[in-house]
Amino acid sequence: MSDVVEKTLTALPALLALDSQPGAGKLSSTSRLRHLIRSITELTSKHEEEKLIKKELAAIKDQVSSPNTTMRQMRELMVRAMYCEMLGYEADFVYIHAIKLAQQGTVLEKRVGYLAVSLFLNENHELLLLLVNTVLKDLQSTNLIEVCMALTVVSQIFPKDMIPAILPLVEEKLSHPKEIIRRKAVLALYKFYLIAPNQVQHIHGKFRKALCDKDPGVMMSSLHIYLQMIKENPASYKDLTGSFVTILRQVVGGKLPLDFNYHSVPAPWLQIQLLRILSLLGREDQSMSELMYDVLDESLRRAEMNHNITYAILYECVKAIYTIHPKAELLEKAARCIGNFVLSPKINLKYLGLKALTYVVQHDANLALQHQMTIIECLDHSDLIIKRETLELLFRITNAQNVTIIVEKMLGFLRLCNDDYTIIDLVGKVAELAEKYAPDNEWFIQTMNVVFSLGGDLMQPDLPSNFLRLFADGSESEEQDRQLKLYAVDSYLAVLKGDCSHLPQRFLQVISWVLGEYSCLKEDVDQQEVIRLLKKLLEQRGVSSETRSWALSALTKLCKGPGYAELALELAESLSSSLDTVLRQQAHELCLLSQDSQLHARVLPHPAPSDNLEVDSSLSFLDGFVSDALAAGAAPYKPPHQRQEELSQQRALSLEPYGLSLPVTMSSCTLTDRQSPTFLSMSSDLSGNSTELSHRTGANTLMLEGVKRVWGKDGYIPQKEPSLTPAAVDEPSDVVQSPDQQGAAETSLPEPEPEPPQLDQEKQQLASSLFVGLGSQNSMSLLGKTEVAVPRFRRKARQHESASTSGTSESSSNSSHSSRSTTDSFLYGGLLEEEPATPIQNSYHTLKPTIANGSHDARQHSQMVSSTSENEGAATVSAKEDKQANSSQILGSDMVIVRPSKLAEESIVSQRNCSKSLPVAFPHSSDSMVLQLPSELQELPHSDVVSLTSDPHLSVSCCRVFREDALLLVLLLFNPTETALRDVAVELSCEELETASLRGNVMECLEGRKSSVCRYTLLMERPHTQVAFTGSVSYQTQPGHTHILPFSGKLSTADFIRPLMLNTEEYGKLWLSISNDVKQNLKLLTGGGDPLRATLNALKDSLQLHIVDIIGSEGIVACHLLRGGPCLMHCRVHGASLAVWLRSPLPSLPDCLLYHCQRALQEH
Amino acid sequence: MIKFLLMVNKQGQTRLSKYYEHVDIGKRAVLEADVVKGCLFRKKEECSFVEYKDYKLVYRQYAALFIVVGITDNENELSIYELVHNFVEVLDKYFSRVIMFNLDKVHIILDEMILNGHVVETNKNRILAPLLALDKMAES
Repeated sequence: MSDVVEKTLTALPALLALDSQPGAGKLSSTSRLRHLIRSITELTSKHEEEKLIKKELAAIKDQVSSPNTTMRQMRELMVRAMYCEMLGYEADFVYIHAIKLAQQGTVLEKRVGYLAVSLFLNENHELLLLLVNTVLKDLQSTNLIEVCMALTVVSQIFPKDMIPAILPLVEEKLSHPKEIIRRKAVLALYKFYLIAPNQVQHIHGKFRKALCDKDPGVMMSSLHIYLQMIKENPASYKDLTGSFVTILRQVVGGKLPLDFNYHSVPAPWLQIQLLRILSLLGREDQSMSELMYDVLDESLRRAEMNHNITYAILYECVKAIYTIHPKAELLEKAARCIGNFVLSPKINLKYLGLKALTYVVQHDANLALQHQMTIIECLDHSDLIIKRETLELLFRITNAQNVTIIVEKMLGFLRLCNDDYTIIDLVGKVAELAEKYAPDNEWFIQTMNVVFSLGGDLMQPDLPSNFLRLFADGSESEEQDRQLKLYAVDSYLAVLKGDCSHLPQRFLQVISWVLGEYSCLKEDVDQQEVIRLLKKLLEQRGVSSETRSWALSALTKLCKGPGYAELALELAESLSSSLDTVLRQQAHELCLLSQDSQLHARVLPHPAPSDNLEVDSSLSFLDGFVSDALAAGAAPYKPPHQRQEELSQQRALSLEPYGLSLPVTMSSCTLTDRQSPTFLSMSSDLSGNSTELSHRTGANTLMLEGVKRVWGKDGYIPQKEPSLTPAAVDEPSDVVQSPDQQGAAETSLPEPEPEPPQLDQEKQQLASSLFVGLGSQNSMSLLGKTEVAVPRFRRKARQHESASTSGTSESSSNSSHSSRSTTDSFLYGGLLEEEPATPIQNSYHTLKPTIANGSHDARQHSQMVSSTSENEGAATVSAKEDKQANSSQILGSDMVIVRPSKLAEESIVSQRNCSKSLPVAFPHSSDSMVLQLPSELQELPHSDVVSLTSDPHLSVSCCRVFREDALLLVLLLFNPTETALRDVAVELSCEELETASLRGNVMECLEGRKSSVCRYTLLMERPHTQVAFTGSVSYQTQPGHTHILPFSGKLSTADFIRPLMLNTEEYGKLWLSISNDVKQNLKLLTGGGDPLRATLNALKDSLQLHIVDIIGSEGIVACHLLRGGPCLMHCRVHGASLAVWLRSPLPSLPDCLLYHCQRALQEH
Repeated sequence: MIKFLLMVNKQGQTRLSKYYEHVDIGKRAVLEADVVKGCLFRKKEECSFVEYKDYKLVYRQYAALFIVVGITDNENELSIYELVHNFVEVLDKYFSRVIMFNLDKVHIILDEMILNGHVVETNKNRILAPLLALDKMAES
């Protein structure tokens, strides 16, 4: 490698050379630019630079607007303007000229015009619209170079709304004879897929053609689209696995032309891309994985050349091997390969080795043992990046036994670190480990003290609030709680006695709260002393008013009884002149409360009631206030996620030093509450009308909780051995280890590198304390859940109404946790799967027959019901009829609706009855039992009955009934056995849908060979192309034996669309009142009769549309989304296609509808 | 994914910058200054990858010129490190001398190699083909 570097090194100093000799005729005369660059290089101050650029920009401005400027000069001006913008000086006056240059220039000028556009404008710039015509013209040019440029710019930047205008032309280019045009067309489609996936739905077939293109370049560019699509939905592309494997095998085998080689390695970046695709396809899929074992093995073998790029491929290969379904032989080879990385003297390889190791230890912690000495060396490496990566690795292998030493190392790094981002990240990780694995209270509190002092005011705001909640909620053992609180009080008193002027505000706030809440638990501490310290804090200089407020509310809690009246008065007096109104109010409250001990006891009861406070979580008492505010012109409230969405849409690369997207301000009024750690204000009478604010911040803070819980592996940590580890805290090198443990660690040590014996021994000791508990636990956890570490601070489950919001976030964090662990660690998958089953079982006792009055209730209910599926409602009704299912029904006056069974073609075993009149037969019933819709529903238009799932005791199928006001989802349960099922309960949920009403979700008994029906009325509030519903049926075959049968399916927008009956005049009025529009070309059905009429009828048949009028080559169609808005469609025959123009007040409805139109026409 | 590519001289002056995700022009200078600080003062024997906020920087030095690429954490650092070298080799193949005065052409080359933050072409002949065709047409 180094020789290559040298070769280029000789050429590159010329980059900055100042000689004016233009080289080899390839350079154009750009003397002004050269002059500019040279002057800037010579400058010494920013101020001079600014002056110079301003002057330059003025000159450019003069020239671009002069009519005498030639295109050639314009090109040069444009490059100079680029240079100025690159240095950070806006030159927006040239933007329009850039577009002009692209329009009018020839060849190189045109290219520079396009280039300038792509550099100057962002995706949403309005000037981009002016580019569309130019692109359109160039795409049709006979000059290939112009076509090429147009395609390049389109794949960089193009207005989303104008894609339909050029899409047919780009599509056409897919079959161009020149490879470069085909390649660029594919890349342009990739761009379209990224910004508007719905627009290219119909050309998926052509992507496949590109993948099979005879030119490797075209195939390569199609991989970008595939990687993206497979990331989103791997299941749909499993059939391509074989093709990708073949391609990779050919590439690895050197079948590509030689100029694709990079330093004699065949197309390395292509190999990397293919390996990424394969690992996505093979993940959690044994049969797919088996297809790729051979080629992965070959890739490992072929990449033996000692060059960086082969290591880059190897890294990707190792990752793939550890991502797909495991194969022992390959894992072994991959592990050896990682050894080559981490043992390499080359630092870049070492880094990548650590990164690979960090990835694989999540699957197999034993690998860390193999490389423990290397890891220890890296831990003391002089390069901070290596050190940081090593800590990341250690973080992943932390368990109850090595937590003290690993946290010690992390804190040591934190003390040296001055990068804000790293501090925030590491502090969060330390806090996570501390809470999860703390060996004892003392260690926990001290570690958290360091966390708070180092993390300071940078850290995530949910960190201190989580910490305080740990105190407030308590764990399962009361005695342990008490000890923790006592120790914390002790520790904080000691902190306050020292010099606390340098402590971060957040830490002081935590201290204040804990002292206010728990110092009274401590009998041997003089309350006067606590009060004195808090008062000192209150008066200390440099303390923020927020912290003062915390301290003051702590004082308020402590000042009970008549003995404190004098102190209270004194405080009130000194604060009465404070500029801070909150402090003034709090001081006043303190004054009143200290005089009336009964009131004090009522307002601030002790011990603080933790979760049985009743909270009006709907904040209905504020309704009047809100409506007044709205009437007065206030902006309507937006929930945090919506604000965040809008915020994130606006900016792309986050350049704030601290990536928090929500400004979470802790309202100081929450401080008076006993519940302040959760930021839920409970005493609205005290804080007056500011409660609204505190409720909101409360909601924000609670939402953040659970998000941070990045990584959890509670499932496989063996029981901690507290007697061993504490010694490691102070002097890691002198760790006292039990002989068998040390022995175990040492036997698995690799041959250590020669080192001075003393040092060596120290390192080995460090190793044994770092990697303790790794070797043995794996075999244990693989066998079964024999020993599981109990997290020290197991939070109490919060079940009460008061915590409805927090409950939701907890349950979602649980579910994300379990899904992550199952996907990340297949080795431990078996263990983790056990988790969800238990909570579901006992929850069904709480089911009530009528549940969902709206999605809110359903969600609340779900927290109790299950920790795995988030939002669930329920429904059942019993009925059995023997009528025929008929999917063809008359609706309205002119519509015959034949609804194809769109319901989740992939996920549902579709029991489609061919003749459309045959009833559904169930596989498990011995003599095909027949299921029918209740008679009153038979009259309505409905879909076929399709089977969702079944087990030996129960089959579940469903049917969609298209009522005029809603979609009725009918679930049919059938018991094929002879024995009755008891306590049958159905749960159904769909996040995106509003569940308006439901019936009969619980049944005491379902007799053998009988069926039952549950109905669910669904509404779609915001258009989604497809929504998934999930649910489960629980039942008992005999008392105490609860079975759960989960099911899922999909619904599409089409299910929620109904015809909108309008006449032409009404249509015209409505059309003009809507401004939001989308245009697209659709396939025109040919063959037989009027193509327009045929196409519209086909659409009408498969989607419920109303054809308002057809005149000549134009047609107008109307429909509406249930409970949503209307969507109007204007169609005009344009050559061989149908130009459709949609308008709807709902921004995403036209896209959804178009998608279904395309599908409907394709199926036709 | 690649977020940006910078070419910076030893004095920390930007010679070329290309962003694959929109960054406000006012914020670019700050980012570039940070990047320069993070990479330029590292020692030869130190790792060529640096953490910067929530992404990684991959840098490579050629005499007085630094090329720095900002990537997301899921990207393969070493492959980007070699991509930079491939880029330099292409530049070397096309320009016989001073390339910095040809800001536009360097961009045109880069556009052939990286699109939307993804590596789309690494074959040197194919990267240069469109530009050579342009040159040929301009001459005639």
